[in-house]
Amino acid sequence: MRVEQIAVFLENKSGRLAEITSILADKSINIRALSVADTADFGILRLIVDKVGEAENVLRDNGFTVGKTNVIAVEVPDRTGGLATVLKSIEKQKLNVEYMYAFVNKTGENAVLIFRFDNMDRAIESLQKDGFTILKSEEVYSL
Amino acid sequence: MSTIYWEEEMETLPRPGLESIQLKRLQKLVARVYERVEPYRKKMDAAGVTPQDITSLADLQKLPFTVKDDLRDNYPFGMFTTSMEDIVRVHASSGTTGKPTVVGYTQNDIGTWAGLMARALACGGATKGDMVHNAYGYGLFTGGLGAHYGAEKLGATVIPVSGGNTKRQITIMQDFGSTVLLSTPSYALNLAETMESMGVAPESLSLRVGIFGAEPWSENMREEVEKKLNLQAVDIYGLSEVIGPGVAMECLNSSKGMHVFEDHFLPEIINPETGEALPPGEKGELVFTTLTKEAFPVIRYRTKDISRLYYETCNCGRTLVRMEKVTGRTDDMLIIRGVNVFPSQVEHVLVGVEGVEPHYQIIVEREGTLDIMTVEVEVSDSIFSDEIKNLEQLTKRITRDIKDILGVTCKVKLVNPRAIQRSEGKAQRVIDKRKI
Ligand SMILES: [Zn+2]
Repeated sequence: MRVEQIAVFLENKSGRLAEITSILADKSINIRALSVADTADFGILRLIVDKVGEAENVLRDNGFTVGKTNVIAVEVPDRTGGLATVLKSIEKQKLNVEYMYAFVNKTGENAVLIFRFDNMDRAIESLQKDGFTILKSEEVYSL
Repeated sequence: MSTIYWEEEMETLPRPGLESIQLKRLQKLVARVYERVEPYRKKMDAAGVTPQDITSLADLQKLPFTVKDDLRDNYPFGMFTTSMEDIVRVHASSGTTGKPTVVGYTQNDIGTWAGLMARALACGGATKGDMVHNAYGYGLFTGGLGAHYGAEKLGATVIPVSGGNTKRQITIMQDFGSTVLLSTPSYALNLAETMESMGVAPESLSLRVGIFGAEPWSENMREEVEKKLNLQAVDIYGLSEVIGPGVAMECLNSSKGMHVFEDHFLPEIINPETGEALPPGEKGELVFTTLTKEAFPVIRYRTKDISRLYYETCNCGRTLVRMEKVTGRTDDMLIIRGVNVFPSQVEHVLVGVEGVEPHYQIIVEREGTLDIMTVEVEVSDSIFSDEIKNLEQLTKRITRDIKDILGVTCKVKLVNPRAIQRSEGKAQRVIDKRKI
């Protein structure tokens, strides 16, 4: 139920992002989803890729600080209100979201929401109980 | 463990005996430099002192100081007491500003130095059975050759590996079974880090003792190096103007610094602003007078190193005074918005934060009339987080600790791993961009 996400420290944003994507492209590693969180001084790039271990190694070899975290991928139909239903459920269950980002899959039918909760076990249980589809890691890597 | 001395008599001489030797040597020295070295004679005449005025060790205070500029003004050989015929070697220290300072040695000086360095190595626990990995730079810098001659005199096996080519150094340590490492502390960290990247466990090496010097380093840094290299780290002190390495050395059971080899070097602590001598135990600038050197003796040479002296006898049995680990230099002291800041204090704070690597750089800039100090810290895997708030908490904590300990507010900038240049000799800790 959990998906491995790679986080990369960005000392400064300009140029670094392009550098990272081209390092991954050179190794034929595909980026499934990506989000950048930043402050005035630094940023954190969060990535979901198809080859996690390889991506981690190649980025580290290129001098980046890399971390791995587990996140949850929730699939919702890509239509008005899709996101709202998930967020309502989260609020109702009083789940604490550390961060989230979203992307639309290739067919364009469904949106995938990536969540990091402070209590991941409880989050998975609650969301499943409310009938949401939580994607398996292989499903996300091959989207 | 019983202490192993190199020259037991001199190292354990009761102080009155030691002081009488010091006085005799001082009187001879003053007479000789007054006669032979014009710059000393001129300064003494100007101060109204003659060699006959030195009748006790306290009379040392009547003599004028010698500073680095005196050596520069008499560049290259103007302060030598002997003719160049008798000089068998010169060393020079690089001047970041202006000319380098040049020092010379007679054959006897080289012998004295080797003996002192052998004494230092023995004091740090090295024996003739050791494989000494000498990573101090060989060349004009006194570190490499000074340590080399001493280790040979001790009878150990010396690997004259010098600085640089770090991966090869680690292979040599593995293959030759190096037991004693001699290097700057910042280079020792560089070695440790390279070992980690090569997948070499410190336990797989035979290192037992690391003798580190040539730049100020903190107690936290000692712990870090000991852990990462799996050895006991001891401190050595020396500077080329006095002789090179082998002026003072930490013993294995001292908690109060390094034994100054006082039969050869007479230490004082002065107030760096007024030049007034300070009583034992007080912190100030370290000043040395050489007692036995022939070619290039110095009288009251101001080292700019900050330390203090402890006269009580050490657990190891040595009666030689101990100088506290040098915590800073009067000239690398930064004045940030009126507050005195030493890079070693910043290092102390950083190494105290779990997971923070002791690779850092301090950048000082001036915006308008305000000094801005930025401390750059590398984001290692152990402190990295995928959440902004965790990294912000970290920078806030470092800022707060620095404020608490140093009394200045700084900016902490997180940078990529290895973004800060690694040292192959002395680390450059400060970039002061304020040139007013
Ligand atoms: Zn001792």
